[in-house]
Order: sequence, then structure tokens, then C-alpha cells
Amino acid sequence: MTYAAGVDVGSTQTKAVVIDEGGEILGRSLIGTGADVVAAAEEAYGLALGEGGVAADDVGFVIGTGYGRYKVEFGDAQVTEIVCHARGAARMFPDTRTVLDMGGQDTKAIRVQQGGEVLDFCMNDKCAAGTGRFLQSAAAALELGLDQLGPTALRGQRPVDMTTTCTVFAESEVLSWLARGRKVEDILAGVHRSIASRSFGLLKRVGVEDEVTFTGGVTRNEAMVAVLEEVLGTRLNVSGDSHYVGALGAALFALERAQGRPAPVTPGGGAA
Amino acid sequence: MSTTTELVGRGARDGRRLFEGWFDDLTAAAEEGRPAAYTFVMGSLCEVLRSFDMPVVFPEIHSLQMAVRRVADEYLSEAEDRGFSPDVCGYVKADYALQLRGGEHPMGRIPKPSLAVLTNACNTYLKWGEIWERLYDTPVMTLDIPGTRRPVRIEGMGPGNGERDPDGQERDRRYVEGQIRELIGKCEEVTGRAFDVDRLREVMRLTNDMAESWRDLLALNRSRPAGFDAMLEGTIYLGVANVLRGTEEGAAYFRDLVEEMEHRTQAGVGALGGRTEERHRLLFVGVPCYPMFRRFYELFSEWGGVFVSSSYTWFASGGLDEPFAYDLDRPIESLAEGVLRSVRHATDSLMFQDRALIRAVDEFEADGVVYHPIKSCRTVSTGLAASRRAVLDARDVLCLYIESDMMDRRVVSEAQLKNRIDAFFEGLESRKRRSA
Repeated sequence: MTYAAGVDVGSTQTKAVVIDEGGEILGRSLIGTGADVVAAAEEAYGLALGEGGVAADDVGFVIGTGYGRYKVEFGDAQVTEIVCHARGAARMFPDTRTVLDMGGQDTKAIRVQQGGEVLDFCMNDKCAAGTGRFLQSAAAALELGLDQLGPTALRGQRPVDMTTTCTVFAESEVLSWLARGRKVEDILAGVHRSIASRSFGLLKRVGVEDEVTFTGGVTRNEAMVAVLEEVLGTRLNVSGDSHYVGALGAALFALERAQGRPAPVTPGGGAA
Repeated sequence: MSTTTELVGRGARDGRRLFEGWFDDLTAAAEEGRPAAYTFVMGSLCEVLRSFDMPVVFPEIHSLQMAVRRVADEYLSEAEDRGFSPDVCGYVKADYALQLRGGEHPMGRIPKPSLAVLTNACNTYLKWGEIWERLYDTPVMTLDIPGTRRPVRIEGMGPGNGERDPDGQERDRRYVEGQIRELIGKCEEVTGRAFDVDRLREVMRLTNDMAESWRDLLALNRSRPAGFDAMLEGTIYLGVANVLRGTEEGAAYFRDLVEEMEHRTQAGVGALGGRTEERHRLLFVGVPCYPMFRRFYELFSEWGGVFVSSSYTWFASGGLDEPFAYDLDRPIESLAEGVLRSVRHATDSLMFQDRALIRAVDEFEADGVVYHPIKSCRTVSTGLAASRRAVLDARDVLCLYIESDMMDRRVVSEAQLKNRIDAFFEGLESRKRRSA
């Protein structure tokens, strides 16, 4: 039996997936990345192996992805998360043509063809506007946990109009709405709407085509899914494993390599 | 017969030497207090200035060299301390701080402007000239070059053809000619020398010579593998083309360079020099990322990516790439035509870039196009998103859109750039495998 693994070291969280030779997920893990990126990659990988009941020696190939991909020191190669999300999304939802990945500091819009090959992509540049970090800032200002954001926002009836897209200023704008007596749920509904609108802008740059698959950590936020569906005017593909799509894509590329098929591998070294 | 050992890399070596020589000449002029003229790469009136033997300073070039030599941030901060916004053109700010430091530059010393000559090819030039005027009371000659939204080819221009020119091109040329004659008068005033039309003719002949080689050089890069990287070496060549325009050394340098590229083409010596195979032929659009120039290049070359052509070598070459030669029998008239053409060509290269890029995709058999808008220059960056869309619609190529800056390393994130560049190449590799 040939196993393969993908480890997605993101700015906020590290995800690992171990798959069998048919590409089915056997084990997965999700931990905070923290300051020690190398250790986070090792720990996440170990946890995924444990859940899958797979020994490290039985894994034929490991690919690192995400910003910390070069810190996956036990990995055999690296592939960018853009390509991995496209591949993982196409595996999970084969009719995917557009991928929206919303992570801690990055939001990516990716247009793909059948099989997950990237046709075009676009990302937020230089700032964390429209990413998970924006939600974190709002949560901090409102003293809420991340898991409370979605349910609270869904109760909002009159979303506020967030004017800032800057993550740094988000906190002060949230506080100013509070000072004006607006309800927490309306403020959060406005925050979600603001992010959705910015994401829609990214998607338009690459062209939105059905089916649209939503990936990354923010997929667990049901309010974000609902607002995005409303803004885009289409249903989003989301599953319980959407958080692991990048790691799954990396694992699928690793499987190709383990089976002797060519897969994209970054040359050079770990400057990033 | 010249060998590979003699020829390959000669252009890069000689280019560096000539470029350093230019800085040495400027340093000598600054130290001796000789009058120097400032002009810009787009709409350079270098021929007139050189005919008066004035050292010619190109502020964009000395500014970008501060970024290449990794000291730009000191100069930018100094200008920002004086109230310039982080969003203002980095070239302007670096030059402003350089003036405040008495011309101190990592490659020597830049003389003060005794005369500044600019055109409306870029609106920032106008305000930049005003800075020198305020600092030194420098006479600033601004040439107003009439623009056009029509394709730049000016058919039928020339003496006696005005009547057959429905768009008033001949009127425009005469308008520019009048301004050049004024400039000549100003140069006589500043230098105390009489204008010598034969000297101007000689300078223009040397520009013609250089332009012919420049066009040959760019066209030679259609070969597989391409002989030079148009973003890396192309930018070095561009520097020499601007600062040594209208000189014997400049003309000889480009003749030699063409010889080197012809040899490389025949011998199959590519830009990557055997270090890596040429795997992906790319077009570069915009201005390079000078704060990490070498590394920026490596992010592409590590993947076997070679820039076979670059829009920079079009719009910043002062019209050298245009199929045009000065008519030496009517030098001032023809110089006016040349400036009119080159400025229109520069601005049209920016406005109608997608058309030229689509042609270049075909002619250079490019696999991908890399757009590099820069934060502090809206002139070259504004139209790039629309251009990218047009190219994607017209041709089955991958396009990468990455943003950084030509001067300010505070807005350059290597990790972000690398991530996008790697993903772009992963896509190109995947296409290659599919089509194999």
C-alpha cells in the first residue's frame, strides 16, 4: 500500500492530511502554527499519521505547502498552496471551476479547469483586508471567540456599513459602531458583508464560474458562507473537510510522485 | 574569429564599465563645477544637450541605482521627513534627498542641474523640474509634445507631406521643432557656446547607429534559447542606451552587443548560460523590482524562466526600438519628428500595450506574461490590469500579476512575490506536461 501526505503550514494554522493510494483521507490534523513553524509541521504530521494509523515509514512522499512549506523539513518537496487548493478542491468537488480560499492572512481566488489545473489566480496584496485576520480583529474588539462570530452575525438584521477595509482600522471602526449604540450582531453582519464584498472583487478579477468551492479556515463560519452565497448569487461547495483542502491537494501531488508520476515541484530553496 | 569565451558575457562586462564611466564623468563634472544638463529617459533631448558637450544626467537612472545599491530607503526617508508622501514617485524622492545631500550618490557625485529639459511624457516630470527650479533657480525647459490616441506610425510625415497628413502630424512636428529651436537658444545661453549644426548631425548619426543595433538586439532574442534576459540584462543595456545615446562609445557598444548575440544565437548559448535550461519564455511588463533586482530575476530563472522581451525596453528606450532614423540633411526638423515619435511611442506603449504584447507573444513564442505594476508609479501601472485581461482574452498564455515597487523596499515582500511566482510556474509546468 502506498500512502502519501500533505502538510499545509499556514500563517495561523497548520494542517496535515494522510491519504491512501486511492486519494482517500485516512488521517487529518489541525493545530495552531505558533512561533515554532518546524515543530508545528512535525506535530501536525504526527497527529495525522496517528489518526490514520499509518507509520511514517509507509508514507512514500510528503509535500509541504503554505507559507511555511520550506519549514516542512521532513518533506520531500514543496508546492504552493495556490496550486494545492485548486487540486484539493477539484478532488473534493470535481465540477469545481472557481476556488475561493480564505485563510488567516490570505484570500485567494483561483480559476481552474477540470482536474484542478490552475488557469488564473489572484490574491490580496500586502495587507490582510478581506481575510480571516479581519474577522479576528473584529472578534477581539467585541471580546468574542472566533466560533461565536458566525452564529452572532447570522442574527444581524440591519448590517452596519463598514467603510474600512484595513484590518488595523477594523477594530476602531467596530468600537465606533458600538459607541453609536449599534447591536453586536449588526456590526458583525456588516463585517462579514465587507469581507464578502472584497472577496467578490478578487473573484471577479479571475472570473467567477460555477461551481464555486470555498476552502480554508473561514469555511467553518456559517455566516460567511451565507453572505458569500448571497453576494455571489450561487451556492458554494463546502464540506467538513474544507479546512484541509490545501493539505489534501499537497497529499494528492505527493501521491503522484510516490506513484512515479510527475508533479510540480519548486526548484531552488527555502527563501520564502 | 571571435570565440564563445571572448564574446559571451562581454556585453554585461562592458556595460558595467561604461555605466561606471558615466558616473565617473558626472562626478568629475560635479567636482569641477561644470554645467550639467538633466533630462529624462522618455523624451530625452540628449542629442541637443550632447551637441553642446554638456554632461547629461538622467535622474531616473541615478535614483534607481540607489535602490539597486540598497541605499534608497535612506534617501526616501529623508524626503519623507520633509513631507513627501510614501505614495509619491520613489525616483523623485530619492533624487530630492540626493540634492539635499549635495549630490552624494553611492556611485559618485551627481552635479547640480544648470539646465533641465523635460517633456510631458510623464506628468511627474513637470513637478520634478519644479523642485530643481526651487532649489537652484535652474532654468527648466518643458517641451509640450502633442499626444495622440492613434497608433504611433506616422505615415507620410516629412517635408512637403503636411497636406497629405489629415491628422495634422506635420503641424505637430513644426510645433515641436519651434520648441527645440528655443531649447538650442537656451543651451547657448547656459554654456556660452554657439550652436554647431554639424556637431548635432554627428551626434544624431551616432544615435541612428545605436538605434539600428538596438532593434537588431531586441529581434535577435526571438531565437531559442534567447540570448539575454530582457528584464535583467535588458535593463543594463537600457541604461547604457540612455546615458551613452549619441556617443561613439554607445554606438560601438551596441554593435559589439549585436555581435555577441548573433554568436550566442548561432552557438545556442542562452541567457541562462547553461546553468539551467530555458524552459519558459516570458514577457515582462513594467519596471523591475530594483530593491531586490538580482533576487527578483532569480525567482524566475530558477524555474528556467527567461524574459525574452520586456516592455521596459520599448517605452524607456527613447524610441530606439522604433523603425525610424534621423534625416541628417535636415537635423532639427528630423529631431523634432524623432521626439514626437518617441514620446508618442512611449505613451502609446503604455496606453495600447496589450496590442504590442499580443504581437510579442506571437513573435517571441512566449508561454507567459508577467505584469509587474509598481506602487509609486501610476503612469506605468494604471493600465496593466486591463492589459492583462485583454492578453488573456486574445491568447492562450498564463499571465502573472505581481505588485511591488521600483524603489521602496518597504512595500516589497519577497515571500509574497515568491509564492505567486512559484504558483505561476507550477501552472506553466503543468501545461507543459499536458501538452507533452
